[in-house]
Amino acid sequence: MSEPEDLLDIPGTTVFTAAQSRRGFHLNQFCMSLMKAPNREAFKADERAYLNQWPMTEEQKQAVIDRDYNRMLGLGGNIYFLAKIFATDGKSFQYAASLMTGMSQEDYVAMMIAGGRSPDGVRSIKNGN
Amino acid sequence: MARITAGLATSHVPAIGAALDLGKTQDDYWKPVFAGYDWAKAWVKDEKPDVVILVYNDHASAFSLELIPTFAIGCAESFAPADEGFGPRPVPVVEGHPDLAWHIAQSTILDEFDMTIVNKMDVDHGLTVPLSLVFGQPDAWPVKVIPIAVNVVQYPPPTGNRCWKLGEAIARAVESFPEDLNVQIWGTGGMSHQLQGPRAGLINREFDIAFLDKLTADPDALRAMQHVEYLRESGSEGIELVMWLIMAGALGKGAQELHRFYHVPASNTAVGHIVLRPPQT
Repeated sequence: MSEPEDLLDIPGTTVFTAAQSRRGFHLNQFCMSLMKAPNREAFKADERAYLNQWPMTEEQKQAVIDRDYNRMLGLGGNIYFLAKIFATDGKSFQYAASLMTGMSQEDYVAMMIAGGRSPDGVRSIKNGN
Repeated sequence: MARITAGLATSHVPAIGAALDLGKTQDDYWKPVFAGYDWAKAWVKDEKPDVVILVYNDHASAFSLELIPTFAIGCAESFAPADEGFGPRPVPVVEGHPDLAWHIAQSTILDEFDMTIVNKMDVDHGLTVPLSLVFGQPDAWPVKVIPIAVNVVQYPPPTGNRCWKLGEAIARAVESFPEDLNVQIWGTGGMSHQLQGPRAGLINREFDIAFLDKLTADPDALRAMQHVEYLRESGSEGIELVMWLIMAGALGKGAQELHRFYHVPASNTAVGHIVLRPPQT
């Protein structure tokens, strides 16, 4: 399965391709389990023990424990699945987005109110535009 | 005979649902967003649709990676609001229209579209937020709803052209349904947003406005637009805009714009909303 090259050329963006989906299958399925309240409680009570029930890589488990969303994306996580983790933590999408950009939530919100991140300069790695 | 009388499109931001459910609609931040729907709220009261065919995407709620249908149609009697990790939204159960839904499923499959028939599923904010924006907070939704879920999560989503053609096939299906029904088709999701990674927060106002313009002025240009262009220009989740082309395709070329609204931001996204009338024949 070859990856469409232009999908790898977008700065700061991980497209959920076949390779990503295969890499992240169990990570994302773990996320799905958090849609049930008893599972959320079990995860919160002992994150490590709960994660050990899933055939995820150690790297994936650690990224979840660290709440390192960019790392989770790199390991095949999809943002709509990963959203179950920060929802379980009682955090908003805006909080998670600011975390992934490395900005404080305050600065991120200010950027959005000012019109959001400009597309200029972040369209293509290759073309630098 | 059933007929499609209007098309409507809107973003379906989860934070909008949360703002509504938590009573924040009059806050300075949210007021302009909700005000953008006042026109449609008044309009829909006069239009009185019987059924809304609501094109949306599931956000890892009803479908996980176990099963990824490109196009799925909800044929059930009813659909419960999904628990997306913080409990289900406090909104009414969505009543379906199984007779018309099964008719559309049969008609579109024989018309060479591979629809997945769904008899049991919960519906997430992708479907319930647009209903809230247009109908407010009633005890029961005033319309029957036929959910059509489109995969825009796992690459590749369907092409814009395929979406347009499915819209045309849905219109043919509705026209051949014998019952006298006032049917609307809604496309949801989209306008520029990126929810992931270091580029999160991308907003491209110019691209969004051009997309709104072309829905009526030059839909062929939108049908030809490649996925990578959406991803580069409107953010990774801006790809959801292909779902608006199912709505536009169902109306056909020459649709008339009745209303539009555009606002930045709602949480991480631009909010877009448009109401269209099919061309007069």
